[in-house]
Amino acid sequence: MKILVCISNVPDTTSKITFTDNNTAFNAAGVQYIINPYDEIALSKAVELAEGGKGTVTVIHVGEASSEPTIRKALAIGADEAVRVDAVPRDAWFVANQIAQYVKSQQFDMILTGRESIDYNGSKVQGYLAELLRLPSVSIAKKITVEGDTAVIEREIEGGKEVVSATLPVVVGTAEGVAEPKIPNMRGIMAARTKPLTVIQPVEVDSLSRISAYETPTPRGAVKLIDKDDISQLVALLHTEAKVI
Amino acid sequence: MSVLVYIENIDGHFKKSGLETLSYAKAVADQTGQPVAALSIGNVDRDTLETIGTYGIPKVIRVDKEQLKQFVNQAYATVIADVAKHVGAQTVVLSNSFSGKALAPRVAAKLHAALADGASSLPAIEGDVWQIRKTVFSSKAIAVEELTARTKVIALMPNTVEPSEAPTAVQIEDYEPNIEDTDFSTIVKDIVRATDKVALPDAEIVVSAGRGLKGPENWKIVEELAEVLGAATACSKPVSDAGWRPHAEHVGQTGLAISPKLYIAIGISGAIQHLAGVSSSKTIVVINKDPEAPFFKVADYGIVGDAFEIVPKLTEALKAYKNH
Ligand SMILES: Cc1cc2nc3c(=O)[nH]c(=O)nc-3n(C[C@H](O)[C@H](O)[C@H](O)COP(=O)(O)OP(=O)(O)OC[C@H]3O[C@@H](n4cnc5c(N)ncnc54)[C@H](O)[C@@H]3O)c2cc1C
Repeated sequence: MKILVCISNVPDTTSKITFTDNNTAFNAAGVQYIINPYDEIALSKAVELAEGGKGTVTVIHVGEASSEPTIRKALAIGADEAVRVDAVPRDAWFVANQIAQYVKSQQFDMILTGRESIDYNGSKVQGYLAELLRLPSVSIAKKITVEGDTAVIEREIEGGKEVVSATLPVVVGTAEGVAEPKIPNMRGIMAARTKPLTVIQPVEVDSLSRISAYETPTPRGAVKLIDKDDISQLVALLHTEAKVI
Repeated sequence: MSVLVYIENIDGHFKKSGLETLSYAKAVADQTGQPVAALSIGNVDRDTLETIGTYGIPKVIRVDKEQLKQFVNQAYATVIADVAKHVGAQTVVLSNSFSGKALAPRVAAKLHAALADGASSLPAIEGDVWQIRKTVFSSKAIAVEELTARTKVIALMPNTVEPSEAPTAVQIEDYEPNIEDTDFSTIVKDIVRATDKVALPDAEIVVSAGRGLKGPENWKIVEELAEVLGAATACSKPVSDAGWRPHAEHVGQTGLAISPKLYIAIGISGAIQHLAGVSSSKTIVVINKDPEAPFFKVADYGIVGDAFEIVPKLTEALKAYKNH
């Protein structure tokens, strides 16, 4: 089984988020980048599915050379090879088109992405990609098992879960719990240095939208502390002031 | 040119987040002076379909086929795009629900449309260019997304607008969509849904608890509080990691991001990764025994003290309030 995992490079969860150029661009200065946590789970699952000679794992990343540490980490976790599309990942539509272009030149049985990215909080790439490739897709996957040419996937739905079977190839967006996160060991880190990393050129993609500005949320006023012996005051405030009950 | 809103149903019922999309679509139609129609896929009875008129939408396209009884994103996306062309819609509105998130990019790709996912505002319109806000970086910032393509798909964040009534008569049109067998490469085998509980993603009130509750056996006080409020329950990551609560309740950066009207946090410290999933809640109440807990910095109301003492008292006070 050939598995492709799409990896995005995102600011660490504790990063301070600021903007430059009159609030039109993200300020990357001093920001530590990591593999998008959901993509890391997807990769862990892919490595698990491929273990014992059952398959190979390729990771693909659309980004500039500066994100190579993230790609090497993915290789250290256990991917067999990596592909980097050498371009600024302008938006999800651009990224999905680049990946789709690459996939069309290959034969993958399963394409994994994280359920969403923690920077722009979109889950667009998987949907775009599935549509561009005319493949079935399942999002928010909590469990994946593969048997022959069929994947059985448990996905989260509002207030419950759904079990879906999909004919391969399929695009799957993974959520927490789908696999135990794999921590790279020394051997993995050493091996990652020599695993193949192919750099390919982007294709042209038209632009349908863009982010024109950023705003910071208006801070809340100071907290109103309520005496623990006067709880009915909280109820009154929730009713008359906050108007939420 | 018109506006099309896809209203999702669960077992034939509309959820509040669906009604919100109706009001949003109606507002966009009013802004642009275009007609608006709703699309319903699957088995929904006439009485339920007619409630769509309550929100000012005079027309419903009904696609009710055996094949579409269960949600298959590929097939549903094909139907939505097909109906959009059928009614000449240049704007498609749907909910940013779990299924909406799967549908929106597919529909946008089919229509070669710009996509505003997780939309949290009405558009500011200048000709073909629409500006819509969404929260990014796990609620640490808001982005103004500029949709430049002529066709637009908008996936509305639940709890962003209130459904507002503007009753009108409804005309129901049955439509036979063009779908292909290849749209059905996934098959739903089983669905398990807790029907007696409020679903977390679109709950208006959420009662959430963390490691401060000490163990799963203590969740009764949380559930009782949730029950008087008609709220959904949630938890912090260590709580679901430890198996005290199901993963589906985990909110935060690596869990669900929610924006209820009221979020009550009990025994949760307020780590940045937790806040990432809840800080866009309208009102936040924090109950924590540590006055230095970071959560108090982002709360509207706080009570410093022992949850085991305070939560039952709050439940009682709310019962008293509801009873008069
Ligand atoms: C990459 C990454 C992603 C993460 N993603 C998430 C995420 O999505 N969601 C998430 O929640 N966390 C996430 N975390 C974990 C996060 O950093 C915190 O560790 C976690 O949120 C803490 O959970 P807690 O508040 O329940 O527990 P604690 O931090 O242990 O806090 C317990 C709180 O309960 C209070 N308390 C104790 N006893 C009582 C009592 N009797 N009455 C009242 N109060 C009491 C204490 O004062 C304390 O404030 C993530 C971490 C990382 C590194």
